Amino acid sequence: MKRIDAINDFVVMFANVNGSGSASANELFARSILRMGVPVSPRNIFPSNIQGLPTWYEVRVNENGYQGRRGGVDLVVAMNPQTWAQDLKEIESGGYLFYDNSKPLPKSKFRDDVNVIGVPLTEICNATYSDPRQRQLFKNIIYVGALSALMEIEPGEIEKLFSEQYKGKEALLQSNVKALRLGREYAQQHLACPIGLRVKRANNVGSKIFVDGNTAAALGAVYGGATVCAWYPITPSSSLAEAFIKHCQKYRVDPATGRNRYAVIQSEDELASIGIAIGAGWNGARAFTCTAGPGISLMQEFIGLAYFAEIPVVLIDVQRGGPSTGMPTRTQQSDLLSCAYASHGDTRHVMLFPEDPTECFEFSAQAFDLAERLQTPVFLMTDLDIGMNTRLTDPFQWSDTRAFDRGKVMTHEELEAGKEFGRYLDVDGDGIPYRTYPGTHPTRGAYFTRGTTKDRYARYSEAGPDYVDNMQRLVRKFETAKQLMPKPLLRPAAKPARFGAIYYGSTSPAMHEALDVLALRGIHVNALRVRGFPFQDEIADFVAAHPWVFVVEQNRDAQLKTLLVNEAKVNASRLLSVLHYDGTPITARFIVEQISQHAAARTVVPLKRVGA
Amino acid sequence: MTYIAKPKLHHPTLARNSVGYTRRDYEGTVSTLCAGCGHDSISAAIVQACWELDIEPHRVAKLSGIGCSSKTPTYFLGNSHGFNSVHGRMPSVLTGANLANRDLLYLGVSGDGDTASIGLGQFAHSVRRGVNMVYIVENNGVYGLTKGQFSATADKGSKSKRGVANTDEPLDMIGMALLLGASFVARSFSGDKQQLVPLVKAAIQHRGAAFIDVISPCVAFNNHPGSTKSYDYVREHNESVNRLDFMEAREEITADYAAGAVIDVAQHDGSVIRLRKLAPDYDPTDRIKVMNYLQERAAAGEVVTGLLYVQPDAADLHQHLNTVESPLGQLTERELCPGSVALERINAALR
Repeated sequence: MKRIDAINDFVVMFANVNGSGSASANELFARSILRMGVPVSPRNIFPSNIQGLPTWYEVRVNENGYQGRRGGVDLVVAMNPQTWAQDLKEIESGGYLFYDNSKPLPKSKFRDDVNVIGVPLTEICNATYSDPRQRQLFKNIIYVGALSALMEIEPGEIEKLFSEQYKGKEALLQSNVKALRLGREYAQQHLACPIGLRVKRANNVGSKIFVDGNTAAALGAVYGGATVCAWYPITPSSSLAEAFIKHCQKYRVDPATGRNRYAVIQSEDELASIGIAIGAGWNGARAFTCTAGPGISLMQEFIGLAYFAEIPVVLIDVQRGGPSTGMPTRTQQSDLLSCAYASHGDTRHVMLFPEDPTECFEFSAQAFDLAERLQTPVFLMTDLDIGMNTRLTDPFQWSDTRAFDRGKVMTHEELEAGKEFGRYLDVDGDGIPYRTYPGTHPTRGAYFTRGTTKDRYARYSEAGPDYVDNMQRLVRKFETAKQLMPKPLLRPAAKPARFGAIYYGSTSPAMHEALDVLALRGIHVNALRVRGFPFQDEIADFVAAHPWVFVVEQNRDAQLKTLLVNEAKVNASRLLSVLHYDGTPITARFIVEQISQHAAARTVVPLKRVGA
Repeated sequence: MTYIAKPKLHHPTLARNSVGYTRRDYEGTVSTLCAGCGHDSISAAIVQACWELDIEPHRVAKLSGIGCSSKTPTYFLGNSHGFNSVHGRMPSVLTGANLANRDLLYLGVSGDGDTASIGLGQFAHSVRRGVNMVYIVENNGVYGLTKGQFSATADKGSKSKRGVANTDEPLDMIGMALLLGASFVARSFSGDKQQLVPLVKAAIQHRGAAFIDVISPCVAFNNHPGSTKSYDYVREHNESVNRLDFMEAREEITADYAAGAVIDVAQHDGSVIRLRKLAPDYDPTDRIKVMNYLQERAAAGEVVTGLLYVQPDAADLHQHLNTVESPLGQLTERELCPGSVALERINAALR
């Protein structure tokens, strides 16, 4: 039988039952490979469920560091009878099926072109453990042990991970090591080790760190000086708020008094979350909320108020599939338009598009500077793929000379000295007015905050010219924002290219891999990664420089393309959409296939010329 | 509605309080509400209370939602920052503002539509959390700006100006505030300044969620026979359980009271609230009895007013969250940013 042979380049998928304790064993598997210097990118595919429904953990092992989802599976660890048929189908021809053969299964349950590896996991567990919970949990460790023998993963690295995890808990450490060895020994004694998929020690991890985007964005909020967080639980953003709390408990407690330099409110709904964040921003604290698409929908009215009243606030949107339940535990980039134009009236909002946990950290911290400099809501647009999956990423960096940019705030001294204060007065020509914090001065600088009904001095006014004057200033302010946003990053093709591609956010790893594959096939593409909205001129220039530009996105309606046409005034007929929106992360294979088809269609020479 | 601008000059003999302000310094711009609107009396009571308590106007933040009542913060405390937010959402904005700077006094002004209908959830949850605030509902049972629709506090059977009877049960904001743990609950009437001013003062001095339901007749849409929120109806049915003589700790108590006729409630800051009992046996510190009493009297058709409940040693949201004394908004990089060395350690732990 054909057998896939691959060293440091394959995909393993664990099919488990939610709540069976498999998550930590699967992560152990991924981390042990990482410790051998080989990059991995794991992805959780989980249901809207606590216990019982199917869940998958897909680990891509790739020595070159390609971290996008590859598509296809080389080895399935089939631990869930419910999804057996579906999982079996996923395996590439010549791939491997690892299963618990304690109970015999009919031949019809297998495929002729798949190598079958049976380990009697239940039998081993039942013979070794009497406690039902132990039988369940250690079954997972035993399969990791067996896999380590089959794939030449160094057991020493796994045992080291155990000793780090169970520091000071000797009994737990010993029992885990025992389970691991049970699995290894069974495989060594009964199976042909190694199989074709093998891990070979390399040196390709370097100084990179292994972390998920939600943890990173929460840490960015701590470094960025956020003191008030208000949130309502919603997948996939809940772990962000919880990570913020955890970081704060470690880094934000006054050592002298034991009291907190932060306040977190789990509010009654998303309306209250954004209201609390806006109130805090108005009163001089750096505040944020984290949510997902449905939360953004609920916050619309308040977002408009913050835009018009010019209140700094940060919203972290961990994007996911649509409303209700189910698809929301899958990833998408489908909130761009609802955030860019959030609320009633004429509004436009600043957005940041991080590509990985490193940028989640950086942009999250930067979002607070932008919000206070621009006195407006700022959206950090991450998604489930970045937010909830552990990713190998560049280490976080921070310069101790970096100061918070608190923006234009008039002080007591300035007011006392008689400096003119008009809350909505554009003194510097950049559209950004000065504000005062409540309580600053006994007789000067107080103003009444409203939506749109005001003049430059924040006096109540329903006069048309005052309204228009204010709206035009907001346009100038949005222009100013362009200079402050992270610039788009160009990845030029190795050879002169007719095609351009624009991409953003979590599409990055799959895109980079796709560009390499396309180049090998002779399709050269200049690629530009957009990192924020409003768009800088470089983006329109890039489109103008190519006859065709692919816009690669993870949504149905080409939301970034819509924004590009609407806001960057690019020529829409040059833009070709590559859209992936089934809830799974976009793959390099998908991008390559789509771009190859488009490219072929545009290089075809007509057989017969019209009129010839 | 008046179009006459207020004179800016203050007479030099106007009395000043201990922080140097005259009563006029606590006023705002001229009200644009209807002549005779109960809400203007409440604004005047707030002005009086702040002046008498020697509060510096700029140390107050006044927040509101949307509606006639929510317009009033423009008409008092012109040297305070104000925030006219969105309909029914004042409580969340106030909560956030309070978290950012615990040193200011937070005055939330709302109406019965703003609080009992669209904002019921935010009202409930801000009270539950014990936000340190004075939450005043200017309650007229009707939507004024949209021309006279019933609000959720309109009594069942009461009639609209056009003669339509309300068939829905009224929402009992006082009952809810008590259930949800408000530590200061009062009801008053905009037409009774003698009762209202001391109540506002006591609410300001209270630490925790202080809720005052002020029945404030709408002269345009809800002041007719058949209304239960009209001046005449409230005057006829008002049953005050006590009169509040607010005292500060340093003042000697000189008034002469009959034995058993007063209740003294010591506040967290050492000041004392002295209540003259009008209803014998009414104990405003016993929550369960208060709830029973109010239900009984409501069933008898009375509008019970006064300081209905107070828990003098209440803790507020900042205590629950164990936040530092300094306002969170005033902390700097030094206190907030863990720095590069800590970040290196974090990186190392993620390898």
